[in-house]
Amino acid sequence: MDDFIAARSQMALSLGFHIIFSCIGMVMPFFMAVSHYKWLKTNKEIYKDLTKAWSKGVAIFFATGAVSGTMLSFELGLLWPKFMEHAGPIFGMPFSLEGTAFFIEAIALGFFLYGWNKLNKWFHWFTGMVVGVSGLASGILVVAANAWMNSPAGFDFVNGQYLNIDPIQAMFNKAWFTQALHMCLAAFTATGFAVAGVHALMILRNRNKEFHLKAFKIAATFACIGALLQPLSGDISAKDVAKRQPAKLAAMEALYQTEQPAPLLIGGIVNEKDKTVKGAIKVPGALSFLAHGDFKAEVKGLDQIPEADQPPVAITHYAFQIMVGIGTLLMLISIVYFILVFRKKPLQDKPWLLRLFVWAIPLGYVALEAGWVVTEVGRQPWIIYGIMRTKDAVTPMPGVVYSFYIFSAIYVSLSIIVVFLLYRQIKMVPVLYNQSETSRS
Amino acid sequence: MQYVVITYLCLGILLYFLLGGADFGAGIIEMFTSSKNRSKTRKTMYQAIGPVWEANHMWLIIAIVILFVGFPHIYTTMSVYLHIPLLIMLIGIIARGTAFVFRHYDAIKDDMQWLYNRIFRYSSFITPLFLGIIAGSVISGHIDTQATDFLSAYVYSWLNWFSIAVGLFTVALCGFLAAIYLIGETNDAHDKRRFIKKAEFMNVAAVVFGAMVFIAAQRDGIPLIDWVFKNTIGLSAIILASLSLILLWYLLIKGKTKVLRLLAGFQVTMILLAISYAHFPNFIRLKSGNAISLVEAIGPEKTIYSLGLALLLGSILILPFLGYLFYKFQKKEE
Ligand code: HDD
Ligand code: HEM
Ligand code: HEM
Repeated sequence: MDDFIAARSQMALSLGFHIIFSCIGMVMPFFMAVSHYKWLKTNKEIYKDLTKAWSKGVAIFFATGAVSGTMLSFELGLLWPKFMEHAGPIFGMPFSLEGTAFFIEAIALGFFLYGWNKLNKWFHWFTGMVVGVSGLASGILVVAANAWMNSPAGFDFVNGQYLNIDPIQAMFNKAWFTQALHMCLAAFTATGFAVAGVHALMILRNRNKEFHLKAFKIAATFACIGALLQPLSGDISAKDVAKRQPAKLAAMEALYQTEQPAPLLIGGIVNEKDKTVKGAIKVPGALSFLAHGDFKAEVKGLDQIPEADQPPVAITHYAFQIMVGIGTLLMLISIVYFILVFRKKPLQDKPWLLRLFVWAIPLGYVALEAGWVVTEVGRQPWIIYGIMRTKDAVTPMPGVVYSFYIFSAIYVSLSIIVVFLLYRQIKMVPVLYNQSETSRS
Repeated sequence: MQYVVITYLCLGILLYFLLGGADFGAGIIEMFTSSKNRSKTRKTMYQAIGPVWEANHMWLIIAIVILFVGFPHIYTTMSVYLHIPLLIMLIGIIARGTAFVFRHYDAIKDDMQWLYNRIFRYSSFITPLFLGIIAGSVISGHIDTQATDFLSAYVYSWLNWFSIAVGLFTVALCGFLAAIYLIGETNDAHDKRRFIKKAEFMNVAAVVFGAMVFIAAQRDGIPLIDWVFKNTIGLSAIILASLSLILLWYLLIKGKTKVLRLLAGFQVTMILLAISYAHFPNFIRLKSGNAISLVEAIGPEKTIYSLGLALLLGSILILPFLGYLFYKFQKKEE
């Protein structure tokens, strides 16, 4: 492995790790707030227990999210100094606003976690909401920075110089809205399915049924609303990519030749050497429609992109297929779920549905990671699209490979510990919350 | 706006030193506590820093974001030439933050606690050590942007006597801050005495390592003595710090906790001021004799303007909230 690949892999690993925790940090507070609200309204202790149980999970994830985020703000410089030297002042605005949002989030979380029985109960609920809203805000802001890398704005690039810098214009770049929308929905979908699935598993195992059923319903509702909207938002993203980064779209679809109308490929094996795709199902005209809203439109293929500017096709294509496949599946599950809910069927009598949710535990996150791979790998070889190449941005220090190994080891062990902790939290639910009726004064 | 941004940067660094430093110090204190008192120390510590540690940690992020948005050249120079110590510090931050939370939130208290505690203690020591090393290296003039071999570019930039002495000095200061802070957090007379002992110990350690910093500076050819003593501000800061030391020992014996905290914070502030004032606004001193200054390396105008605005606005939103948090949870349950 050479240093350049090591640096890219380390960046991808760190972001891929951070994104999981930050999504949970963004979304769980809203689940908590719903359950908290129900407790305040109905006075049922079970909702209070649920809020508390979830808040412990959030605390674990918040800390992990915060340290991994701290890492990232250093890693950007450690790995990509030439990029940061120029990009910092341009795309820095969202990061500085994000700082405020994080700060508020951290403070509000302090209030929320340590405020039981100390604060006015509605103010306490409000602090929980603040955690959620500022978390979401920080997610939206940081995506603006990434969107800027896809769709640079707010400066003039003259003879290799970055002139007339305007950070506000850079923040409101063209890709921000679509990316932020899609990202937020993804956070709700992925976290919602993961949480709902864990509680579904507990219902199936007959543990604290009432507790887990309440939890399941809250999480599943968020998840399914997200999953229904996700393909719509994805379609907007795809149209946007077609306009802004034709090379990325062509790689996503493994479209080697420009075609009019262009077919949509489902599945298939990409051969990057021969520039062919084998064994894919072709849906005639569908890609033209997805990319341009017209079944007959021309779609630019990779043949129109200079060799040196082409992203890796196979990875981008497979990642895109995984994301869309999972997205479709989750949408179907959501439809079934809502039909059952509207028919007022008791969900605990439907073990097959619960089992579906258990299977879906990792799927949302897989789609989310795959989606980021599409966006980031699809942007290659550029770190700032059309302006700076990734290989020109990498640190001059040799030996990045070793830091990649160290970080991989750290991330792997952290993931294991977090899973282990959550497993223990869930295992202890009966002990902590079951006899609560008797032990509570 | 330039000065607003620079002020916030200095403030961020200072507050991270004071608050984050006390945070690290708590782990260092735990390290130097005999095993029979450890679980008590831990408990006091958790009550003291649990609710606010996230917030303390934010100062580092603020400083870093200001650096990369407002002073990209400084940020990238540090990132390139101090890559290794930054990396080690980061690993320390990760290990510490996660171990702290894990040991509290693990639903089952068993042998895993042993592991979390170990990690927590060692990383509480490593992180400020390297933080100090980085701070020392930045002003030591060992960063060589013209170096062609690996060792002089990426290793000797920070592996030198001065940087290491500053690192150890930082560790002692953190321990000192934490001990002073913890005295006020406990009501138990025995514990109070224990923390007072620790504070005295750390204070002596700080003085010893402080002297080492001067010796190392002399050895490495860094005009530290000139900076501190040939300059009114530096000199008065160091005199004030020394005078307050006497007051501090007096108060320590008396056990007056509130004033003590302020005084300890004041001392550390003075020490930082004394060291940095003389070469302000130069931020990084290079081997070539040149320096990268905050005023010259500052980013484009519009960026600085919006950054300054964001900082001011953020503070208006944050400060009342933060103040209330400290207020609410500083009041001990009597
Ligand atoms: C739960 C996760 C999830 C699911 C189910 C989907 N996506 Fe997605 N997708 C993401 C999670 C995601 C993401 C990780 O959040 C990305 C990466 C960057 C971004 O803005 O969102 C993304 C990016 C992304 C992009 C690239 C945007 C860009 O580069 O600017 C496109 C075109 C789509 N998605 C399209 C879709 C379609 C058509 C889906 C249909 C079902 C879909 N996504 C489901
Ligand atoms: C604000 C948000 C982000 C910024 C500023 C950012 C920045 C970067 C940078 C500097 C690189 C290295 C250059 C490159 O190989 O393209 C990179 C690569 C990468 N990032 Fe992002 N990124 C962001 C969001 C994300 C997220 C959330 C993920 C996903 C989890 C992600 C996944 C990746 C991947 C997979 C690569 C490697 C690309 C490759 O190996 O070809 N990025 N990103
Ligand atoms: C290059 C990219 C990124 C950088 C430099 C970065 C930076 C940070 C930093 C410094 C923190 C810690 C703040 C604290 O101490 O509370 C953090 C946490 C967080 N980040 Fe990121 N981040 C990046 C990517 C992302 C992305 C793509 C998202 C989401 C879409 C995101 C969402 C969050 C959230 C929600 C938190 C709060 C932690 C939590 O609630 O669990 N970050 N990030």
